[in-house]
Amino acid sequence: MPDNRPTSVELLDAVQGFLKDDVLPKLAGADAYHLRVAQNALAILGREIALGPALDAAEQERLMTLLGAVGTRDELNAMLCAHIRDRKRSYKDPYVTAHLLQTAMGKMSIDNPKYATCVQELKRR
Amino acid sequence: MEPDALLQRLTTAVQRRFGAAAAVADLKALSGGASAETCSFDVIVGAQSRPLIMQRMAGAQQFEASLDRALQAAVQKTAYDSKVPVAEVAFVLDDTDGLGNGYAMQRIEGETLGPRILKGAEFATARSVMTQQCGKILACIHNVDMATLPPLPRRTGADSLKAMESIYRKCGVDLPVFELALQWLSDHVPTLPVETLVHGDFRLGNLIVGPEGIRAVLDWEMAHIGDPMEDFGWLSVPSWRYGQLANDVGGFGRMVDAFAAYKIANGKAINTDSLKFWQILGTLKWGLVCLFFAFQHINGDVRSVERASIGRRTSETELDLLVLMREA
Repeated sequence: MPDNRPTSVELLDAVQGFLKDDVLPKLAGADAYHLRVAQNALAILGREIALGPALDAAEQERLMTLLGAVGTRDELNAMLCAHIRDRKRSYKDPYVTAHLLQTAMGKMSIDNPKYATCVQELKRR
Repeated sequence: MEPDALLQRLTTAVQRRFGAAAAVADLKALSGGASAETCSFDVIVGAQSRPLIMQRMAGAQQFEASLDRALQAAVQKTAYDSKVPVAEVAFVLDDTDGLGNGYAMQRIEGETLGPRILKGAEFATARSVMTQQCGKILACIHNVDMATLPPLPRRTGADSLKAMESIYRKCGVDLPVFELALQWLSDHVPTLPVETLVHGDFRLGNLIVGPEGIRAVLDWEMAHIGDPMEDFGWLSVPSWRYGQLANDVGGFGRMVDAFAAYKIANGKAINTDSLKFWQILGTLKWGLVCLFFAFQHINGDVRSVERASIGRRTSETELDLLVLMREA
């Protein structure tokens, strides 16, 4: 990874500023709409850079405990899927659902923290 | 198709049906759904002007098997004759028209965008009556005399579950929550108590709404014969509540009230046992549509920042599925 400035977050911030201040005012209709979609996509990336590594590591840790196995996050998720498919694990298993709820909330904190169900779950805790 | 060619062919098509004196005015291309090309126009005959809208297939790849336009028009016509609030079909295109597969229908003004309907002050009255209207309209759809319908595909809960599983497997991704939902669904497949006409895409977004309430039900391309609860389940998928989670009918009402109106209009007891199955299946289906859109971009079929971004909405349905299964 390059240590040079700007960092990835600073670089994203520069692009976001340019889009917001210089590009968006010049657009209308479908173009303006698609730019807003693009800005939202960049915001997802910003949150992913900030939160992704820790969330991924925690998910992998939980998967290893849940499955009693060692592997990458992808391998462990594939294994969990196979176990559910083969009915070795069930939707009635509180360990499975607790892990998946935590994972889903982690994804929400990146993809769409304002999603109504996510906000409701945070209040519930 | 170029605008000039479209106008020329459309004029010929209109004159074939409304006489040589008929003319097309105010032709406009509208941004329709992902699978259709939509245009609006007026047919002028003498002093009379008839506002129409026409949907044609644009040849984009479909998520699920849908009815061809001629069949869709036939269902819509039967629904209209059965007093369902729906746009009257004006004419169906044929090969002579050279405009592809499509049909023209009455143009009904109003709002279809969910967030505007749920938040706009001008729709306050509409919101207060829409739940009852949904119950009544669904009763009307589910009461359509099967003998008056064109031949439609029959889809049970088991069929839909099989279709969802196959679509998911083809995506080649490992999503434990989707696996869990498939497992839950296969344990709760409804026994089919009654079979009726099912709209198949009955939700906020496919309803034309005016300040006074629902004016028409759009998009009949997913119509089929099946479990009437499917329409209620799809109407209450959390994604279609646009943030108004407590209102399980489309973000504007409560299911008990919709059922009450349905019962009064229908005059029969209703079996709501399969509601949860269809809610969960519907939520999974929207999650798979999100994935499908993402792969359309990734595979280069439709390059679009919007399609790509929708892929990240898959996680919303994962959370919704876990909450729905927990509450089941």
